[in-house]
Amino acid sequence: MPVVQVEGVHKRFGAVEVLKGIDLAVEGGEVVAIIGRSGSGKSTLLRCINGLEQIQSGRIEVSGHSIDPSGKGLRELRKDVGIVFQSYNLFPHLRVGENIMLAPRIVLGVSKAEARSRAEETLAEVGLAERFDAWPDNLSGGQQQRVAIARSLAMRPKVMLFDEVTSALDPELTGEVLATMERLARHGMTMLLVTHEMGFARRVATTTVFMHQGKVWEMGPSERIFGAPETPELRQFLGGGLK
Amino acid sequence: MIRQFTQSEFLFILASARWTLLLTVMSMLLGGLLGFLVALARTSRLAPLRALAAGWIGVIQGVPVLMLLFLSYYGLALAGFDLPPLIAATVSMALYASGFLGEIWRGSIQAVPWQQWEASSALAFSRPQQYRYVILPQAMRIAIPPTVGFLVQLVKNTSIVSIIGVVELARAGNLVNNATFQPFKVFGTVAAIYFVICWPISLLARRLEGRLHARRAG
Ligand SMILES: Nc1ncnc2c1ncn2[C@@H]1O[C@H](COP(=O)(O)OP(=O)(O)OP(=O)(O)O)[C@@H](O)[C@H]1O
Ligand SMILES: [Mg+2]
Repeated sequence: MPVVQVEGVHKRFGAVEVLKGIDLAVEGGEVVAIIGRSGSGKSTLLRCINGLEQIQSGRIEVSGHSIDPSGKGLRELRKDVGIVFQSYNLFPHLRVGENIMLAPRIVLGVSKAEARSRAEETLAEVGLAERFDAWPDNLSGGQQQRVAIARSLAMRPKVMLFDEVTSALDPELTGEVLATMERLARHGMTMLLVTHEMGFARRVATTTVFMHQGKVWEMGPSERIFGAPETPELRQFLGGGLK
Repeated sequence: MIRQFTQSEFLFILASARWTLLLTVMSMLLGGLLGFLVALARTSRLAPLRALAAGWIGVIQGVPVLMLLFLSYYGLALAGFDLPPLIAATVSMALYASGFLGEIWRGSIQAVPWQQWEASSALAFSRPQQYRYVILPQAMRIAIPPTVGFLVQLVKNTSIVSIIGVVELARAGNLVNNATFQPFKVFGTVAAIYFVICWPISLLARRLEGRLHARRAG
């Protein structure tokens, strides 16, 4: 059974329909890249999968938790779905370790010792074990983004969503965040990532989804999507995007 | 008979400062409590609560403190509640504080970047957990300077309750001046006492602020 199942999802903002019937299934351990033009609905789709946006029709199921337009089960869903944004949004009044321990402590109710060991473990995973007591403001953008990833991982999500997590970073810092994500992928994390890093998508993603005008326009193994795009829209997008 | 401004007059003025202090502390506590609820209501997701809080802030800020004082003292007396002046004074100053603190704290809550709400939502925090662990700690830091500024105003504005006969600092000064006709000495003393109360508050605020910043930079 897929970890993430999206069926016939429609999402409107006011009168504007942004998602026009999305179907998508992500198997455990799969890495799915979502590409597409600005405004095609990529971020909105991720936000719906995390329950940050309510859908108008259709169904989203993540490892047995499902949400529908009634909006019930949003919080349960979020426990299983980690999401990392372009802006890192660390809690500036808490140290790095406390940033990571907070959600497991108060949302999952784990003990302080358990939260601490999770924080140490996930910080090591993103290569920042020695920054446990640092203040977020004193970290570089790339380090802050890796802490944000660690903060999500500490909830032990079934799937991680990444929305252009390197777009705000200098090229040299982009590399360290991408390396972190690649490592997560290798360790078997199920991932959905919106990215403009086409090289990274092609190399790391098992499947690539091309979104266009609120629909899944074309989708397939990354090699095929990038190597032999079928629709003119995708061909044009890649032609423009890889310039 | 004209009296001299002696030690006993000075002590009388000094002792009356306790009512100024008591009034300030009580109206800050009660007004702060109410103001906190007003700020929460003002940032609530429920539109009627928001409107109610906005109305409250608008009315309190739009009415002179003096009217609040008269309403609490004479108004409630007419309605059959015969409040001692000190209680009426506390009630009116607390109402006054609730409107201004409510507005200051609403601004502080809303000054926390919305991404902080989003990041904590995404981690499955409930709304109360977001307030408790993420939003309020950050809003508090933002709120310190304007809150202290208001507190200093409050200390000085308590002088208005002398009108209904509470003998606090300003009224005591007035009484002594009437008996001694030494306005420079008398009101100089009164002013100095106000200053001695307000100055440490400002200092404390600066220290608190400094410490919060130092903590983050450290
Ligand atoms: N909260 C919102 N209210 C109204 N319209 C919105 C909202 N969020 C997104 N939209 C609109 O929905 C459409 C899709 O937005 P979305 O952010 O999902 O696109 P995207 O594919 O992520 O684009 P980008 O590559 O620029 O990030 C856009 O037209 C956008 O203006
Ligand atoms: Mg986007």
